[in-house]
Amino acid sequence: MAQNDEIRYLNPPAVEVRKKKYCRFKKAGIKYVDYKDAEYLKKFLNEQGKILPRRITGTSLKFQRKVAQAVKRARHLALLPYVTDLLK
Amino acid sequence: MIKQYETVFIATPVLSDAQMKEAAQKYVNLIASNGGEIVYEEDWGLKQLAYPIQKKTTGFYHLIEFRADSQFIDTLETQYRRDERIIRFLTFAMDKDSIAYAEKRRANKQSK
Repeated sequence: MAQNDEIRYLNPPAVEVRKKKYCRFKKAGIKYVDYKDAEYLKKFLNEQGKILPRRITGTSLKFQRKVAQAVKRARHLALLPYVTDLLK
Repeated sequence: MIKQYETVFIATPVLSDAQMKEAAQKYVNLIASNGGEIVYEEDWGLKQLAYPIQKKTTGFYHLIEFRADSQFIDTLETQYRRDERIIRFLTFAMDKDSIAYAEKRRANKQSK
C-alpha cells in the first residue's frame, strides 16, 4: 500500500550533471606541444608541479604523452620545477 | 641524413655579456663549419631558473634552430659537455609538426 507515494524531497537532489570532457588538442587542432612554452604547460601541472592525469584534464592518450614529454624537457631546461609548492 | 634540430643551452650567469655572445657565436660557427645551416637563432638572455643548477639560480638561455647531418649531433654534444661555461643543454630533433609550429612562432614573433 505504500508503493504509490514516492519519497518527496524538500528540494530536488542536485544531480551532478557530468560535463563531457574533451581533448583540448583535438578540438583546437593543435598538433605539437612546445616544451619551451612554460606558461602553457603549467595548465597541465598541479600546485606541486606534478603532471595532471588524463581523467582530470580529459586529454587523449596520444596528446597526454606529448604533454608529458614536453613537461619533462621543460623540467630538464629548468623552465619548470621538478617539485615545488604554490606553483600557480 | 640531413634533419632539422633545435638546441637550447644555458650558460652560467657568471659570464659577462661579451663572453655569452662569444659562446653562442662559437656554437653557431661550429654548426656552420660542419656543414650545418642555421635556420633561426634566439637569445632569451638572463632568466630565472626553476631550480638551482650548480648552485646558480639564473642563466643565459640561447636557442639555435639548424639543419644538420645526424652524425654531427654527437660532436656538438661533446663540445657542450667539454665547455664548462654551458651548464645545461638540450638538442631536439624536429618532426614536421614541430617545424610548422616553429615557423608559426617565428612569424608571429616578427609581427609582434
